[in-house]
Amino acid sequence: MIYRRLATPLHAVRPAVGCLYALALCLAAILSDNPVVLAGVGVAVAVAACGAQVRGGVAKAAKWSLILAIPLALINPLLVRDGLTVVARLGEWGPLGQVDVTLEGIVYGAVLGLRIVVLVAASSLFALTVDPDGLLRLLRRVSFRSALTAVLATRLVPVLAADGRRLADAQKCRADGGGSRVALVRAVATGALDRAVDVAATLEVRGYATAARVGGRRSPREPWSRHDLAFLASAVVVVALALLGRYAGLAGATFYPETTIDAGVPPVAVAVAVVVAAGLPFLDRRGIA
Amino acid sequence: MTPVLAVEHLTYTYANAREPALRDVSLTVEPGEFVVLAGLSASGKSTLLRAASGLVPHFHGGTFGGRVVVGGLDTREHGPADLACVAGTLFQDPETQVVLGTVRSELAFPLENRGLSASAIARGVEEVALALGVEGLLDRPTAELSGGELQRVALGASVAGRPDLVLLDEPTSQLDPVAGDELVWLLRRLNEEWGTAVVLCEHRLERCLGHADRVIALDRGAVACDGDPRAFLGWAGEHAPALQTPGARLFDRAGLRPLPAGVKQARATLRAHGLLIAEGGAASPSPEEPAPAPRRPKRAVRGAAALLFDRAWFEYPAGRTVLRDVSLAFAPGERVALMGRNGAGKSTLLRHAGGLMEPTRGTVKAAGRVALLLQDPGAYLVHETVAEEAPAAALAAEGLSHLADRHPRDLSGGERQRLALAVVLGSADAHPAHPAAPAVICLDEPTRGMDRGAKGDLVTRLRAFATGAADDPAVIVATHDAELAATFADRVILLADGRPIADGPAAEVLAGGWYFATETARILGGAGGALLPEEGAELLRGRMTIEVAP
Repeated sequence: MIYRRLATPLHAVRPAVGCLYALALCLAAILSDNPVVLAGVGVAVAVAACGAQVRGGVAKAAKWSLILAIPLALINPLLVRDGLTVVARLGEWGPLGQVDVTLEGIVYGAVLGLRIVVLVAASSLFALTVDPDGLLRLLRRVSFRSALTAVLATRLVPVLAADGRRLADAQKCRADGGGSRVALVRAVATGALDRAVDVAATLEVRGYATAARVGGRRSPREPWSRHDLAFLASAVVVVALALLGRYAGLAGATFYPETTIDAGVPPVAVAVAVVVAAGLPFLDRRGIA
Repeated sequence: MTPVLAVEHLTYTYANAREPALRDVSLTVEPGEFVVLAGLSASGKSTLLRAASGLVPHFHGGTFGGRVVVGGLDTREHGPADLACVAGTLFQDPETQVVLGTVRSELAFPLENRGLSASAIARGVEEVALALGVEGLLDRPTAELSGGELQRVALGASVAGRPDLVLLDEPTSQLDPVAGDELVWLLRRLNEEWGTAVVLCEHRLERCLGHADRVIALDRGAVACDGDPRAFLGWAGEHAPALQTPGARLFDRAGLRPLPAGVKQARATLRAHGLLIAEGGAASPSPEEPAPAPRRPKRAVRGAAALLFDRAWFEYPAGRTVLRDVSLAFAPGERVALMGRNGAGKSTLLRHAGGLMEPTRGTVKAAGRVALLLQDPGAYLVHETVAEEAPAAALAAEGLSHLADRHPRDLSGGERQRLALAVVLGSADAHPAHPAAPAVICLDEPTRGMDRGAKGDLVTRLRAFATGAADDPAVIVATHDAELAATFADRVILLADGRPIADGPAAEVLAGGWYFATETARILGGAGGALLPEEGAELLRGRMTIEVAP
């Protein structure tokens, strides 16, 4: 998953705004318990991914998130004791005790799984559309070292992945069929450390250590573009809608002891509004090279 | 004139090392000088460069005696970050020298670290991008660049601040010959146009001696020779033959003087002596002549082939075609060099031979096991000691028994290569008639970063595997190194765009080209099919005999 600058409105915004936009979608996913609104946030992320031409990367990340989401959705009903509507009594399960699967546990597990998928998708949208170098510039005045560490970690991922592929191929070619798993783990760890030492040496000779002393000079203020304003407004509206849905009683949901999910027009309207708010800035392509 | 680099009585020992890596080294580099640092592996070249960049002792620790002054800054008081303002540094591996996401950010990074204003940074980036010809890459993600492009960008980052000195540690060792030559030409340009002093450590001396004002040779951590390229070549002929360039060896063997620092000088001397055979119209394959046509697998070879590619194609699902209708047969005991530019399909061909990839069309058949040694020998070595990596007999066959207790990562490049060879061959290394003996041995770029001595050892070892006998394995080496191909192979296959475009005896394929030709062949213009200095010298001696005969 590598950032690549593309000719889309989201790629054209300053890193701070791109960051806030992705953060707003994540926040909306966290605030929304109502599955209709949560699904709306998911659709909004998908629309944004299409608008930013990173649909493939986001879809791939969402697919990988199922590895976590599905087990979580399955495990939740087995562990939760708070639901009232029992749908299956599974008897004594050793240390888990009496396991009763409840409708509330199932529904909450499903919502939890959906939330994980949406959060991962929104995070991948952030990784694919926000320039990490721009982010480094943005954060260097706050915490240069932390920002650089994060950017370097991103940079090392493809390098280490390539090392891993080389190691795997080489093991297939060994006459003895390859080293043990312990030996391989050790080799991978040592290789990663070697890489880290090499990168550290490069940072030294590029004068990284002086950066803290001289401080990053503030760039001349760039005027806010129409895309910056549009995506910022979109982020504010998405968060406001999520708050409205949750706290104004438009799209509430409680799961325990009995599941009550607001249905009808209000939650659907909030969901549709989130999708529209997130997608609208993509319609303006003026000034996009 | 104040030297840009002054080293005074430098003695340095790495932490936990028994022997010093540098012993009482004293030298100076003047502003605008182009200095080549020569020496065999482990002679102290890299350590000297790291001392000049301040990494020794600030990054590596160890025991440091003497004094190093870079651009007026004493390295005992100033660390690498301070020295970055006066000396740019470039190491071997392009992958770990680029730290940010886009080329523009990478070039701006050292300038930002110095606290320059935004406009000064933008101007610096623009100028260095133009100087190094990477302006078209500025907005490309660094993760998508080729090795040559990455190394060029890393060079850009190291010189973006217009340092007075640039230190380069084998910057071309991971590059193909075209990218390597381009990088050395860029250094020459920086040296001439910006007046930047260059200290370049390089194994392939023939690539850079022609550009050098001075050569400093190190031997076991001490300065053994310090003079102009011709003086160095004279010294190398007497004291370190492994450091002699093929051109110098050719002249030495033919009894010609002065020893040439490059092809241009060599041809000028031959022309002056009336010995430039090709210009006199001697029979030789010229670049204009068509390359030998690829051979279709002969029926006789097909029957007994150690390895057979029959109309093999390989296409990635995304659409790129890497192998196109390749039909090749390799006979038992045959020694074959695969050559071609990066992306021509050499490694893919070997991966098909080794079973790591399957053709999308056609077939690849081997008569038995295929031992495949890929580019990075370190990837094969996963144990704590050499003894755990391969059977004792295999270690003995590779001459590594005395290193059995060492950690594989502590070995030199040549030793690591031999150990990896022992790992892929296993017991068959020591007993060629072993039931597990491979029918084919494939090596992908085995000499990257190796000095000439280690290369010679490898060639001897490979020649011993394939003597031409019917029960010997076929040995196939993918390489950019024309000297290796000429020394080792009796057949050379030139690949381009996934298909063989020339296939024939080494003397035919390697004599008439420029990039795919040895230095001897380039000096002699391909005359007489001479590829190696010894063959060329014999040709020249014959010519000289004819010249002086009444």
